[in-house]
Amino acid sequence: MKIPSLKIYAIAYLIFLYAPIFLLPLFAFNDGTIIAFPLKGFTTDWFAKMAENDTLRHALSNSLIIALTSSAGATILAIFAARASTRYRFKGKGGIMGLILLPMVLPDILMGMSLLLVMLEVLKVNLSIATVILGHVIISLPYAIAVLQTAFATLDQSLEEAAVDLGETRMSTFRLIVLPLVMPGIISAFLISFTISLDEFIVAFFLAGNQPTLPTYIFSQLRFPSAIPVIMALGTCLVAASILLLSVAEFFRRRGVKRTGAKDTGGFL
Amino acid sequence: MAGKGESWLRSESAQGYALISPPFLYAVLLLAAPLVTILAYSFFQDGYLTVVHEFTLQNYIATWTDPIFRVILVRSLFVAGLVTLITVALAFPIAYYLSFGLAPNQKARWIFLITIPFWTSYLIRVFLWKVILGYNGVINSALESIGIIGPNGLIADPLQMLNSVGAIALTLAHAYAPFAILPIFVSLEKIDRSLLEAGQDLGESRWRTFLRVTLPLAMPGVVAATLIVFIPTVGDYVTPELIGGGKMPMVANLIQAQMLPLDNRPMGSAIAVSSLLVVAALSLVFLWLNRRFLKVGK
Repeated sequence: MKIPSLKIYAIAYLIFLYAPIFLLPLFAFNDGTIIAFPLKGFTTDWFAKMAENDTLRHALSNSLIIALTSSAGATILAIFAARASTRYRFKGKGGIMGLILLPMVLPDILMGMSLLLVMLEVLKVNLSIATVILGHVIISLPYAIAVLQTAFATLDQSLEEAAVDLGETRMSTFRLIVLPLVMPGIISAFLISFTISLDEFIVAFFLAGNQPTLPTYIFSQLRFPSAIPVIMALGTCLVAASILLLSVAEFFRRRGVKRTGAKDTGGFL
Repeated sequence: MAGKGESWLRSESAQGYALISPPFLYAVLLLAAPLVTILAYSFFQDGYLTVVHEFTLQNYIATWTDPIFRVILVRSLFVAGLVTLITVALAFPIAYYLSFGLAPNQKARWIFLITIPFWTSYLIRVFLWKVILGYNGVINSALESIGIIGPNGLIADPLQMLNSVGAIALTLAHAYAPFAILPIFVSLEKIDRSLLEAGQDLGESRWRTFLRVTLPLAMPGVVAATLIVFIPTVGDYVTPELIGGGKMPMVANLIQAQMLPLDNRPMGSAIAVSSLLVVAALSLVFLWLNRRFLKVGK
């Protein structure tokens, strides 16, 4: 187990992870209708075509509404869960947290089909972006909790005790001491949930009815070869947006770790 | 009585329950209840445009006597097993490098780099593999333009790579790579470094220390990685659809066909429950074997 050879392996692995993504901008700006080498020349036509597309604009606004609402919901629920699981001891905590975190390992199709069944057969409601929002909260909640648990766990409890000793109530302590310290974690959890929702396909595929979201729109276009260059352009924008959101999330996560004075062990999970 | 009730309300457990109840209720209503609904529907019968709410085992009998279901289930398990093997084997050295080969202040940056592709549109990453492996795709056209494929090249015709189990496995292995790295990394981070020094001080070689100390202590992470990759890949819908070209369906494609186009929801539910049971049983056997193996190893 020599480290230099491991480092070369690690870099090769990273290249393998990223290589497909680098094809996106390459072909999004390529002046050719098929995705193949050799490259033809530089064009921004595909981005212009993308901007003109009405269905796509509709899908984008749907996706943004879904992502904003579901990530707000997931983050608020995650604050409760992360606070409860890091600060309090109570019976059945393992089981309760296990249920809430279950979507991390369950295949997404199970969430999609089971919610579809409940909406259509039991509750008899029509599918809309509202049903997608309900599903996306369930899916992003575990990841939001994972981020917030680190934020809450690194909190020094003596700070809260000091505030209570100095006459603050529980609520005001939470508002004045805890909330500012975990705020970077909250922002990070929100951005991660937002990214998950923006990119999520299968639950939206089951629950959106005839409303397009960005991923379901992309999926519907993939069988038309003529639509592929526009999809490459759209993919470039989506991946750029995801990387931007995640970088901001990571910035806030690190700031949160620094603020509570803990050692940075890295990572979202 | 009142005093006792009041002190309970102020107690740590009560506050914990109060805090956990909103997310817990949400999970009960939108996760547990829907899963129970699937279970219930798997015992109902599909009538024309409606569902007959009477107990029947017919869906399960139809599922398990259908040779197509068995072929698809075996294919799903095989693909998921292959993907798990590839991802975990490739991921271990990375996790090891992250944990042992990097200065603490570099770890966060590497983990961030590894997790980024995982968070960026899964659908687009799968679709990119279709573009890469396709008949007129990136690999074939690149080989053609440098003359390896063609009338005068080494290979006469473009390579047929899509619509195969191998292509599905490659795509899924790429998609789930970070899933395998993180749990192994976490368990390696927990290893007390003085144990490794002790092993070497006592005359073990680095390699034997790795085999006898590091690897057994990293096993919980390997087990977690295995399950966290295996379970979602069995149920993957997008990759068989796009990379398998619809010719290599897996369980999720079968379920989707029953739930949406065929509109036979009890049947779709029975297939989902059956597959879930098989996956759960395999996972338990895996955990049990692992525990046994580790005990013998001690």
